[in-house]
Amino acid sequence: MSVKNDPFALVPHRVHEAEGQGRRSFALFQATRRTGPLIWVLPGHAYHLPMLRGLPEGVGQRLHLVRPTNEGDLLWAVEEALRTTGVGLIIAEPEKPLSLIAGRRLQLAAEAGRTTGLMLIREGQGSHAAETRWRCTPIASERRDSTLHRWSLKKNKKGTSGIWTVHWNGKTASVHSVSATGERQCAAETSP
Amino acid sequence: MVARDGPGGLIADISGVPHLFGGEPELRADLHARLERVGLTLSSAIAETRGAAYALACHGGGILPEGTVQDGLARLPVSALRIGSDVAEGLSRMGLNRIGDLASLPRAPLARRFGTGLVLRLDQALGLQPEPISPEAEAPYFGVRMTLPEPIGVQADVMAGLRRLLDRLCATLAGHHRGARRLHLELHRVDREIARVEIGLARPMRDPERIAALFAKGVAEVDAGFGIEAMRLVAHVTEDQPPEQIGGPRIIHEDDALADLFSRLGNRLGFDRVLRLLPAASLIPERSFLIAPAAYSEAESPPPHRGPDRPIIIFPPELVTTKGLGQPGHPPAQFTWRRMSFNTLRADGPERITPEWWFDDPAWRSGLRDYWRVETREGARLWLFHTPQAPAGSTQNWFAQGEFA
Repeated sequence: MSVKNDPFALVPHRVHEAEGQGRRSFALFQATRRTGPLIWVLPGHAYHLPMLRGLPEGVGQRLHLVRPTNEGDLLWAVEEALRTTGVGLIIAEPEKPLSLIAGRRLQLAAEAGRTTGLMLIREGQGSHAAETRWRCTPIASERRDSTLHRWSLKKNKKGTSGIWTVHWNGKTASVHSVSATGERQCAAETSP
Repeated sequence: MVARDGPGGLIADISGVPHLFGGEPELRADLHARLERVGLTLSSAIAETRGAAYALACHGGGILPEGTVQDGLARLPVSALRIGSDVAEGLSRMGLNRIGDLASLPRAPLARRFGTGLVLRLDQALGLQPEPISPEAEAPYFGVRMTLPEPIGVQADVMAGLRRLLDRLCATLAGHHRGARRLHLELHRVDREIARVEIGLARPMRDPERIAALFAKGVAEVDAGFGIEAMRLVAHVTEDQPPEQIGGPRIIHEDDALADLFSRLGNRLGFDRVLRLLPAASLIPERSFLIAPAAYSEAESPPPHRGPDRPIIIFPPELVTTKGLGQPGHPPAQFTWRRMSFNTLRADGPERITPEWWFDDPAWRSGLRDYWRVETREGARLWLFHTPQAPAGSTQNWFAQGEFA
């Protein structure tokens, strides 16, 4: 699948950012589309954990968790992981705003190791060095069998931005875009 | 000279030793006392030959003084001769039940009928054939040391010395088909102090270059004082590492790269912070997976999931504030979680999960839980549960425990 046809393909060998409530879903969606080991770096004191039984197919056995105790160790671990050739995707959850220096170092590490990183940041805590920044929110759907996500590309160094409303069920690598008219109907129906 | 004898036996050559204990009975009593103290039940025998000692130990134990082997063994069954059960059965069918019956028979017809194994065992037991004891080889020791003519203190010098030690150590490891798992480096300073640097490896390894890189950080932190005059490098934990073909497809190099990454991460963060999720057989959400150190576990693919969906993210239960009393047994129409208010759009459930009574888990003291997948108008899809068995005094018994994709 080429980058042109697939708007959700992350540019390889770069570091990307995702924010918003649905950023972890987005990270797992990206994990399903990549081969090779996955490394998820999250702070040691974080309460939340990925739940093995709920992960998409083929992700659980490839996933490794790294839980550093402080922010410095976290960034160091991400950099080391990015420099390791062969890692499929590095997902990291930094707690503090990423400085330009940190963001740039991560980009260099990703280029050196030919790996791709996805930083799950809080709102507005990204770095200018990020290749793309996505804002991901789950949205309510009228139909019972659809799990809708709105993934908006807010920043893109090498392309245009855009907003997509997609149906991704959290199991497989496939995703269905919801057509524009479909969105319109949703909006119209909620008024009463 | 002690050797292993079968799965549950030890054989020792005690020629010339018993007088140190005051005689054979005293030696045997001392052995029994020591092994019983560590909680082992045993039966032992002392005899002139290995076969006789084995036969007697299997049938009551005791001591056969010198020259009484033939009489002592005569009353024992033929199965005591370390022969296969089929041979023993054949002998008993012939009416030869005791060793005494065999000893007087001519050897040639016996060998023709039952094979030379029986005759060999019989002769060994009676002392007509020699049977040496081959003791266990000493476990190899993976340690090397180096004494320096002049004290050194520069980090680069220490690393150069370490390289030389590692070359020798890795050659020894390769000779025994072992790989190091943990190593420590002792730096003996001029003032008799010893600085230690210890590292762990994510998997058994004997590549000097890659191990040296992991020592760099620890060596940099050592205080050399007035100089280091001797170095000692010990691989105190080793594992089997069969020789591998060098070169080959690229995937092997990627495995190496990942193992190196886990070694580096583990040595700085601790090996208990580089983890992997493993499936577990429990219905309790918190215990449905294990978190295991990646360096000491193998990836397992989770079993295919059946039943209601599970969230992608799990966290400890967080209290959900409900507004007013909803329909009993149904999720609240409005609730507040993490200071955000939500309106329930749709709820799937309940899925009732009962506590595992054989574990006393404080989190599950409130009894069984009814889990619901709640879709909110705000978008979030949450995993809520309530505890119908909670004491009546607490009205707040809705909790959030996970987020769906």
